[in-house]
Amino acid sequence: MLLPYFQWFETTTIGTAIKNSSWAFAVIESVHLLALAVIGGAVLMLDLRLLGLGLRRQPIPEVAREAQPWLVGSLIVMLITGFALFSSEATKCYYSTPFWVKMTSLALAMAFTFTVRRRVSVVAIRDRPSAIIYWPPRPRPFVASVGSAPSVGAPVPDEPRNSFRPSG
Amino acid sequence: MTGAIRMRPPGYNSRFVSLLPFCEWLASTKGSIALHESLYIYPLVESVHVLTLCVFVGTSLMLDLRLLGVALRRVPVSEVTGRLVPWMVAGFVVMFISGILLFYAIPIRSYQNIFFRLKVIALLLAGANAWVFHNGVQRTVARWDRDLIPPKKARFAGAASLALWAVIIVCGRMIAYNWFDCDMPQPPLIKWAAGCVDRQR
Repeated sequence: MLLPYFQWFETTTIGTAIKNSSWAFAVIESVHLLALAVIGGAVLMLDLRLLGLGLRRQPIPEVAREAQPWLVGSLIVMLITGFALFSSEATKCYYSTPFWVKMTSLALAMAFTFTVRRRVSVVAIRDRPSAIIYWPPRPRPFVASVGSAPSVGAPVPDEPRNSFRPSG
Repeated sequence: MTGAIRMRPPGYNSRFVSLLPFCEWLASTKGSIALHESLYIYPLVESVHVLTLCVFVGTSLMLDLRLLGVALRRVPVSEVTGRLVPWMVAGFVVMFISGILLFYAIPIRSYQNIFFRLKVIALLLAGANAWVFHNGVQRTVARWDRDLIPPKKARFAGAASLALWAVIIVCGRMIAYNWFDCDMPQPPLIKWAAGCVDRQR
């Protein structure tokens, strides 16, 4: 059903230009891969933080705000280069199962990133500017106090400031 | 291609130590042939390599951007290194092992590939850069931990790391292309850079 459209992509100016060039595909592919590394960093940094790993002394909204421009920027580069690569071999993609799995996952990932994930990370700071969001939620204070006490002067303590610590 | 080329090329006139005999022996081993001819394992190793590239380069990118004073400026540098370096190390170890396996599957062609050679050089430079940073300006991190823009040496380390890893990624991708392969007619400079030897059958 979609096959004629896929075949049409290969007849477009971009598609034919890339197909007829010996190096264009390789160069665009490299840019695609570079952007993948960037998006890997931007996604991973916030996801690790949401899991309570990585930069866990920083508030989630802060990490999200830092990661956001890199995430969006590299995503745009990936979409543009990815589309260029696709248009040069659209028919091959049509018959490739991994291509369809990838596109479905991409759509789901983007939908999730810009709704749910954004809601719990970026938007949170707008609603509660002073909020420090801990995720996963901290365990009961007397369990948490087994760990080290927060260092004085740290911008964000590991434990909530009002947590109960026996004998100070 | 069976990969089992046992014959020694006759014309070793290079003054440099050639690893070609070693690569030829490597290509003749059972594991190399199996990996080379496998339907799923090779692409799987390749995928793991790219995935861990995301983990390693992604996290080191964030550190480099912090060192450049571009991102995470309000996070102390020691905090970024302390929290992210474990992920970088884990990513690097898996990336390195999977990279060795990819080389092991195709030793001779990789060895005689200009992009592979450039990649190895860039890798060594990136390693040297990391070592210099670690044993140099990072020792005094307490003095500039919270600087929005770290000192020049730290910025240089971050910029050099970014540039070198970009080169490594691009070269890595280009290894797959056969523009400069030894089995095609090449100008003398390319032949020299790729370490091509004339084989007589």
